[in-house]
Amino acid sequence: MSRGSSLQLSRRTVLAGLAGAAVSGCGGTRSKEVVRFWAFGREGEATAELLEEFHARHPDTEVEIQRLPWISAHEKLLTAYAGETLPDVCQLGNTWVPEFAALDALEPIDEAVRTSGIVEQQDFFEGTFNANRIDSVLYGIPWYVDTRLLYYRTDLLKQAGFDHPPADWAEWSAMMGAIKSLVGPDRYSVLLPLNEFEPLLVLALQQPSELLRDEGRWGNFRSPDFHRTLSFYADIFERGWAPRMSNTQLSNVWDEFGNGLFSFYISGPWNIAEFNKRMPAELKDAWMTAPMPGPEGPGLSSAGGGALVVMKTARNKEGAWKLIEYLSEPQTQQRFYELTGNIPPRRTSWQLPALERSPYARAYYTQLDRLRSPPKVPEWERIVTEMRLASERVVYGRATVDGATVQLDATTDAILEKRRWMMSRGGGKA
Amino acid sequence: MKVARAGWWFVAPALMVLAVFFFIPVLAAFAMSLTDFDLYALADYDNLRFVGFHNYVTLLTQPLFWKALGNTFYFVILGVPLSLGASLGAALLVNSKLARFKNVYRTIYFAPVVTTMVAVAVVWRYIFHTRYGFLNYVLGWFGIDPIDWMGDPHWSMPAIVILAIWKNFGYNMIILLAALQSIPEDLYEAARIDGASGWQLFRHVTLPGLAPVLLLVSILTMTGYFQLFAEPYVMTEGGPLQSTLSVLYFMYEEGFKWWSLGRASAVAFLLFVLMFAITLLQLRLARRQVNA
Repeated sequence: MSRGSSLQLSRRTVLAGLAGAAVSGCGGTRSKEVVRFWAFGREGEATAELLEEFHARHPDTEVEIQRLPWISAHEKLLTAYAGETLPDVCQLGNTWVPEFAALDALEPIDEAVRTSGIVEQQDFFEGTFNANRIDSVLYGIPWYVDTRLLYYRTDLLKQAGFDHPPADWAEWSAMMGAIKSLVGPDRYSVLLPLNEFEPLLVLALQQPSELLRDEGRWGNFRSPDFHRTLSFYADIFERGWAPRMSNTQLSNVWDEFGNGLFSFYISGPWNIAEFNKRMPAELKDAWMTAPMPGPEGPGLSSAGGGALVVMKTARNKEGAWKLIEYLSEPQTQQRFYELTGNIPPRRTSWQLPALERSPYARAYYTQLDRLRSPPKVPEWERIVTEMRLASERVVYGRATVDGATVQLDATTDAILEKRRWMMSRGGGKA
Repeated sequence: MKVARAGWWFVAPALMVLAVFFFIPVLAAFAMSLTDFDLYALADYDNLRFVGFHNYVTLLTQPLFWKALGNTFYFVILGVPLSLGASLGAALLVNSKLARFKNVYRTIYFAPVVTTMVAVAVVWRYIFHTRYGFLNYVLGWFGIDPIDWMGDPHWSMPAIVILAIWKNFGYNMIILLAALQSIPEDLYEAARIDGASGWQLFRHVTLPGLAPVLLLVSILTMTGYFQLFAEPYVMTEGGPLQSTLSVLYFMYEEGFKWWSLGRASAVAFLLFVLMFAITLLQLRLARRQVNA
C-alpha cells in the first residue's frame, strides 16, 4: 500500500513534492530523446539524485522527472489518464496496479523481462513480483517493498518478563497482557491506529481464507477466518491493550514510542530510519523489529510497495524500459536504500554492508519470504476502507463482530456489482 | 420588436458565458448523475449504463449519506450562530470608542482567514491534543477533565466547529465593522438623550441598522458552512466513526477517491437542491420580519 494514509508522512512528502515541482520545471535541451517519469514524495526526490549516472550512461536520453505528493498522487494519475497526459514510466503503488490494468493503461512487460539481462526474475522475492501480476500478466517491476512488521520496545518487553519477540498470536497476547499490567492505565501495549487499515489487513491475510471469493465477485468477510481475525483485533482494544486512537491524534508517533505510550507498533520499513533518528539517546538500543507473529507460528504480511510501470500510451517505451532496468540494478537499489530507507525487492541488493549489518532490516529480510498480496481487484482500496470502518465500529462498541462482518459483506457485494456485471458480459476482462 | 431583439444581442455575451461555464456543466452533471459513470466507464464508454434515478434512490437509502447530512446540519446549526456571534462581538469591540490600535486588532482578527488551512491544522492538532493540548490545559484551570477532542465521536464535531469559527469569523467581522461605521451617529445621540441604556442602544439602534447586512452575512456564512470540507479533510479525515464526515466530503470521496462520478454528481445535486431551498426559506423569513 501507499503511505498516503499516514498524515505525519504525507505532510513531509507534500512539502517535498512541492519543492520538487518547482525544480522539475526546467528541462534540458530538446534534441535528446525524452523519457517522462512520475514519482511520488521521497522516492521522487531520491530518484533525481540517482539520475546523474543514468544520464552519463545514456547521453542521448533525457529523463524528465515529475514529482507528485503522495496524498494527491492517485487523483492526479486518474486525471492524467482521463486527459491522456500520462507519462512514459511511472511509480505505482502495488494496490493501484489492478486498477490501472483494468483501465488498460499499462503495458504488459513479460516479454521485456524475458529478454532483459538486468531484471532477473529469480533474484526478486517471489511475493513482490506476484503483486504486480494480474491474471498471469506482468504489469510492473517491483521497485521497493513496503511490508508491515512489528516494532517493539525490548526494554519494556524484558521488564514484563520476555526476552524475545512474539512467535504467534497466543504469545503476543500474553506479552500484551503482561505489558499492560506493567505500564498501568495511562499507557498501552500496542498502537493500532484506527485510521489505518494495514494492521488489520496484515492479520487478515495471515488466515488461509480469501477475503473475496469467486474471483473477486463477492465479499468473504463472513468466513470463520476473518471472524477470528476481527475478534482478535477487537479484543486487543476491549482489554485496553490498545488505545482507541488514530494517527492524526498522536501528533508524533516516535515521541510516544519513546515515552512508552505503547510497546508494539505495526509499521513499514521507512520507520527504521525515523526511529533511529528520533528515539531519545538513552533509548537508542531499546527497540527492535521482528517478523509478524501469525495465528500459529510465524505469520504472513502484506505484499505492498512500489512498482515501476510503463504506460501503454508511452511515446518512448524503449527509453522507459532502459530507465526501469537502470533503477532495478542492485547498485542503484542500494543507493536508493541509502537515500530513502526503502528496502529493495532483490536478494542481491541486500548484499550491502549497511543493510546486512542493520539488525533492524534483518526482520524484513525474513518477512520478505512470507508475503501475500491482497485481492487484486480495482475496487480493493475502497473495500479495504470499508473494512477499516467496520472494524472501527466494532472497536467503539457500535457493532458486534457478527453484525459488522455481515454488513461488510453486503457493502462489499454492492461495491463489486459493476465488476460482476462486467465479468458476466465480457468474459472476465476486469 | 427591433428593440427587443437588440436587447437580446446586448445580453448575448453574458448569456453565452453563463451557458458555457454554468448551464452546460450543470446539465452535463445532471446527465452524469443518471448513469453509473465510474472507472470502468472511463476506460471504455461501452461500460456506461443508464440507471435513471437509481443513484438518488441508493443515496437516500444509504445510512452513511444521512449521517453525512446530519453531521453537516449539526455543523451549520451549531457553527453559524456562534460564528456570527463571534464576528459581531469582535466587530463591536473593534468599533468601540474605547478601543485603541483598531487597525492592529482588525489585522490580527483577519489573519486566520488568509492563513493556509494545512498550516492551521498542524497548530490546531496540537491545541486539541488530549495530553499536551493548550485547550485542555486551559480547561484544567476550571477543573474540567481533559477532553479527547479528536478521538471521541461526540467531541470531534464541536472541535471542528471551534476551528471553523476561529478560521472564519474575521471575514464577517470586516463586513459587519463597515456596516457598524455606516450607522449614523445622531441616531445614537438621539437615543441617549431619550435615556436609552447600553443594551437598549444595541437592541434598537445597532441591530436594526445592521439587519440587511446581517442577513447577507448569515446567508453567505450558511452556504459556506454547508460546504464544510477542508477542516475535516486536514484534521480528522472524516473520523472518528465518521462523525465529521460532511456531505461535501462524502461527495469528494465518491467522486475523486473512488471515482464513482455518477454517484458523486447525484450527491452534488441533492446538496444544491437543499441549499437552494434553505436560502429561499431564509429570504422569506427575512422579508416577513422586515414587513412586520
